[in-house]
Amino acid sequence: MTAMVKAERVHKSYGAVQVLKGIDLEVAPREVFCLIGPSGSGKSTFLRCINHLEKINSGRLYVDGELVGYRQQGNKLYELKDREVAAKRRDIGMVFQRFNLFPHMTAVENVMEAPIQVKRESKAVARERALKLLDRVGLGDKAGNYPSQLSGGQQQRVAIARALAMEPKLMLFDEPTSALDPELVGDVLDVMRGLAEDGMTMVVVTHEMGFAREVGDSVVFMDDGVVVESGHPRDVLTNPQHERTKSFLSKVL
Amino acid sequence: MTVEKIDKPGSKATGPETLKAIPVRHYGRWVAAVIILALLAMLVYAFARGDVNWGAIPDNFFNDEILRGVGKTVWITIASMVLGVVLGIILAVMRLSKNPVTQAVSWGYIWFFRGTPVYVQLLLWFNLGLIFKYINLGPIYQDEWSDFMTPFLAALLGLGLNEAAYMAEICRAGIQAVDEGQTEAAQALGMSHAKTLRRVVLPQAMRVIVPPTGNEFINMLKTTSLVIAVQYWDLLQASQEIGSNTGASAEMLFLAAAWYLILTSVLSVGQYYLERYYARGSTRNLPPTVFQRLRANLFSLSNRSGGVA
Repeated sequence: MTAMVKAERVHKSYGAVQVLKGIDLEVAPREVFCLIGPSGSGKSTFLRCINHLEKINSGRLYVDGELVGYRQQGNKLYELKDREVAAKRRDIGMVFQRFNLFPHMTAVENVMEAPIQVKRESKAVARERALKLLDRVGLGDKAGNYPSQLSGGQQQRVAIARALAMEPKLMLFDEPTSALDPELVGDVLDVMRGLAEDGMTMVVVTHEMGFAREVGDSVVFMDDGVVVESGHPRDVLTNPQHERTKSFLSKVL
Repeated sequence: MTVEKIDKPGSKATGPETLKAIPVRHYGRWVAAVIILALLAMLVYAFARGDVNWGAIPDNFFNDEILRGVGKTVWITIASMVLGVVLGIILAVMRLSKNPVTQAVSWGYIWFFRGTPVYVQLLLWFNLGLIFKYINLGPIYQDEWSDFMTPFLAALLGLGLNEAAYMAEICRAGIQAVDEGQTEAAQALGMSHAKTLRRVVLPQAMRVIVPPTGNEFINMLKTTSLVIAVQYWDLLQASQEIGSNTGASAEMLFLAAAWYLILTSVLSVGQYYLERYYARGSTRNLPPTVFQRLRANLFSLSNRSGGVA
């Protein structure tokens, strides 16, 4: 079975600053894959490389067996055109820390936007599915509200519905609960738990160790641009082998 | 006894007694009002002593020529603004694109058209006929320059191309004010650059772009009075013609000023509604319309004594 995400020696630097120093990892289909680590460790950057919001400097990164952002012919790499990159992103949903909902559209319009504009779906079809998705994330009654009229937790759930509307085969979550009030975190995690149960492949950058332990199939601890430790959450979170993992977990748990 | 005891909490429920205090006296306001009134009176007196034929203003206010001039002024204002806005958006997008050629072109355009006076540009367009005898666009269009460059076209190019340079900077500021996360979210959904710009970035940039554009519109309306330089016949031209025919030149300038004021006032109201439209989603409640505000103010006026006490 092809891995959904496969990274081989992925490097990324901003000018002289090396953010990723050779990441190797594999995410299997239907897997919930959690990335943890201190801020600045490169986990968000890696996540953004997966849908080519950031370009990698060396190594290889594959999604569902296909190279991200490039096409290989013989030993030559060709950069993909913007249009081709956009086409590949359709299959990858992304949820941001700051939600990034479109503020000038209502909740349901946010969810309908990409299917109509990108997949050329009819308004009626897109609306019907958008309402179903909003129902699924528990916001069926907020369809007509603008993002500014919703709480942070509600906005994040709309953002998840918006990503799901493109029927992605992979979902990326970039610290989806970090900008939320503590009492709103649970609702968002519940939606994510439901997604995991439905078999969605998910890569989640998170500080929610409870979520990683309960829902995650694998956990990777990153620090300073490298993978320090990886494995089943039971092992990594409760019985860490490396000093850095131990000291990080002792601070957040 | 028991009855009174039951009554007491009931009376408390109507709320605590309103404070009664003597409000601060604002003597400064009275002094200012008196000074202003005195100055106004002096101004009115001065004009009353002047040799002004006030009657000529209402007599000619709806004169056919004046109305035609108003129409022409409005028409050149709208046409120039449309040209300016469309070209301005294109220039802003060019300036912000990754293509170094379009960036340089946009920069050069803005540098030239913002760096020279609009009056000079108007004259230049009009006088290009001195160096070009004919215009020859191959099979599409051929004509003598003087037939091609009508006063309207000269005015349109002079005002519109100049305006585009300013609009480009306004649009650029608006586009750059939109959070980068919006572009990322749109691209993560698989939207192209053009779609992202049209569906996500520009609608949000409008909130920043509309207020200064309203100012530009009002400015443009007044700047059109310069088109006299290219013999475009507008409101000011009409007023001056009537003025020289009737000997009431100054009065006709008052008349023109009044018309300009009316037009700019109408534009201000339009701007308010446009801003309100683009504010949707950014504020929880839309700001009230002019009529809603008027009603609210009237209500609070009639209620003022109660409000202050």
